[in-house]
Amino acid sequence: MTILRPIFYLALLAFIVAAPFIAPEFRTQLATLWIFIILSMTWDMTGGQMGYNSLGNILFYGAGMYIAAVVGIAIVYNVGEYTNAAGGGIYKFTDTQYFLGMALGLVAAGVLCAGIAWILGYLLFGLRGPYFAIGTLGAAIAAGELVSNWEWVGGGQGIALPVYPGDDYENAKLFFYYLFAIVGVILFIFLRWFYSTRFAAAINAIRDDEEKAEAMGLHTLRYKLITWSIAAFFVGIAGGISGYQLIHFEPLETAFQTINLGIFMVVCVLLGGKGTLWGPIIGAILFHVVKEVTWNYLLGWQWVALGALIVITVVYFQDGLMGWLARVKPEWFGERVMEKPDMVAEPAE
Amino acid sequence: MDQIIGNIGLLFEFPVVNLKILLDGIMIGALFALAAYGLALVWGVMNVKNLAQGDFVIAGGYVAWTLDQNGIHPFLGIPVAFIVMWIIGWITYKLVIKRVIERDLFTSLLATFGLAIMFAQILNLMFGSDTQSIQLDMPTLYFADGFIDVPMSKLVGVVTALCLAFGVILFMKRSRMGQAIRATAQDARAARVLGIDTDKVYAFTFSLNSAICGAAGAIIVMAWVIQPFYGITYSIRAFVIVTAAGLGNLPGVIAAGLGIGALEQYGSHIFGIGYQQAIAVLLLLLVLFIRLLQQRRKRQVLQ
Repeated sequence: MTILRPIFYLALLAFIVAAPFIAPEFRTQLATLWIFIILSMTWDMTGGQMGYNSLGNILFYGAGMYIAAVVGIAIVYNVGEYTNAAGGGIYKFTDTQYFLGMALGLVAAGVLCAGIAWILGYLLFGLRGPYFAIGTLGAAIAAGELVSNWEWVGGGQGIALPVYPGDDYENAKLFFYYLFAIVGVILFIFLRWFYSTRFAAAINAIRDDEEKAEAMGLHTLRYKLITWSIAAFFVGIAGGISGYQLIHFEPLETAFQTINLGIFMVVCVLLGGKGTLWGPIIGAILFHVVKEVTWNYLLGWQWVALGALIVITVVYFQDGLMGWLARVKPEWFGERVMEKPDMVAEPAE
Repeated sequence: MDQIIGNIGLLFEFPVVNLKILLDGIMIGALFALAAYGLALVWGVMNVKNLAQGDFVIAGGYVAWTLDQNGIHPFLGIPVAFIVMWIIGWITYKLVIKRVIERDLFTSLLATFGLAIMFAQILNLMFGSDTQSIQLDMPTLYFADGFIDVPMSKLVGVVTALCLAFGVILFMKRSRMGQAIRATAQDARAARVLGIDTDKVYAFTFSLNSAICGAAGAIIVMAWVIQPFYGITYSIRAFVIVTAAGLGNLPGVIAAGLGIGALEQYGSHIFGIGYQQAIAVLLLLLVLFIRLLQQRRKRQVLQ
């Protein structure tokens, strides 16, 4: 086991690097899969590990998209004039400006989203359970509506960003795939370490019983704020990257897409299994594959099917794949299988 | 910014404008209150927070609209929408809601959110994404030198909504089933012990809620507009109202419903019509925050 583990991770890393060359026609799809993985893993930080089911994490995705885009434009041009022209050809970006703008934009997106999460969390973390879910959902919808009325960032039209330099569009696809992959791998390594710390034990305690955790002397609000801010940091960066990948985005359907991506990430986590390291990743892959395979054959009914998938997952399969595995094969999860006391009481044959 | 100040100035310059906004707000608020009453009923009796509430309203509206397209008078659409939505609510209960009652609240919230997405998309596929409404041949009343215009259709709609609400309240107070519903809300276990078939009560309550929403939608389509994706804002408004008023507080629900309607009208007058959805949602955050502060004073949290 101890030798197998590094080999497994190295093989996985090699696969991640090689994936866009194994399936070159699916490069954009694979990049989208990374968005799902990143968003699911970050959602699980609060939803699975801390017991705070947010329906509004998409807020950070949209905010990250806008922040990265605005910063990327602002280092060269006046944002108001740029969005007014709606990307009308007269604005040229050199390669240096493009990459510098993107790099600064992504950093700003991460940091500012973490800040937004801190402030929002300060206001909303007094809400528990369903109220927190509704409150965050409301915040995400409100953010989308407000941004779509904000002319400085393009209003309902959204922002058109410069295209990736060079003529070969395959380069751009590869670039964005690897950018997402780097963020995803860093997030995975971070979470693997993070879930083994005392800090994670504290947030698990908050999930299990917040009153008792507080009585034990944990400063619960601080733990909650830090966890959500870390999650928002990664979501913001992912949003920023996908803004540059999409080139053009608008507020309600792409950036603050509350009922699409905002709910998909929750379903991914539930499909895979809440509160586990691998659950969200497996769930995201499953969900994305099912979605993409069925998408083309449903002719307009795909959204209905997706709604049905949400309902079925939530109602019948809420433990997810990992939860189901943990039930049928507890020994795989390091639990010793033994006869429970109440099983002994059953009548003998 | 100047426009906003100008709009506020208008309110003081012509006080009669206030009256018009208030009247508009109260009329639509009455229908918000109706949907919110249904939500409070389901929430209180079965402890299910139904995020598909608004989509039931919109679906009811489309039932009436379809009838109108086929030449049937829209007033007949109200009882038909009531019955159709009753059946849809019953099916929804049997397929989904029944299985989430005993589960934690997030499960029911997410399951009904999935239902909301399904409903909105089905309506979109069936009727297209255009906004629809029924044109009634009714005069518009004018008051105060034409400053206040009250379309008869809205007035009739509000009166119908009031009759419906009164009927439901009377039913809850007087009938045997209403008694059983109230008993189940108080203590489902005790009600079961005393021989009440709680499953039947739950099914009835959910169907009733969906039927009320359907009728509200049939009224809305006569005087306002509907669109397949407007559902979620009606759900959120219902949540705002119930959260602000508390469960089992009927006068509170009515007052909050009218208040939300009026506040929204004021908001869209001052900030522009583009902000109407945003205002509905921001009101939710505001109400949650106020409730949170109230609870914090008692060193408690909202759960």
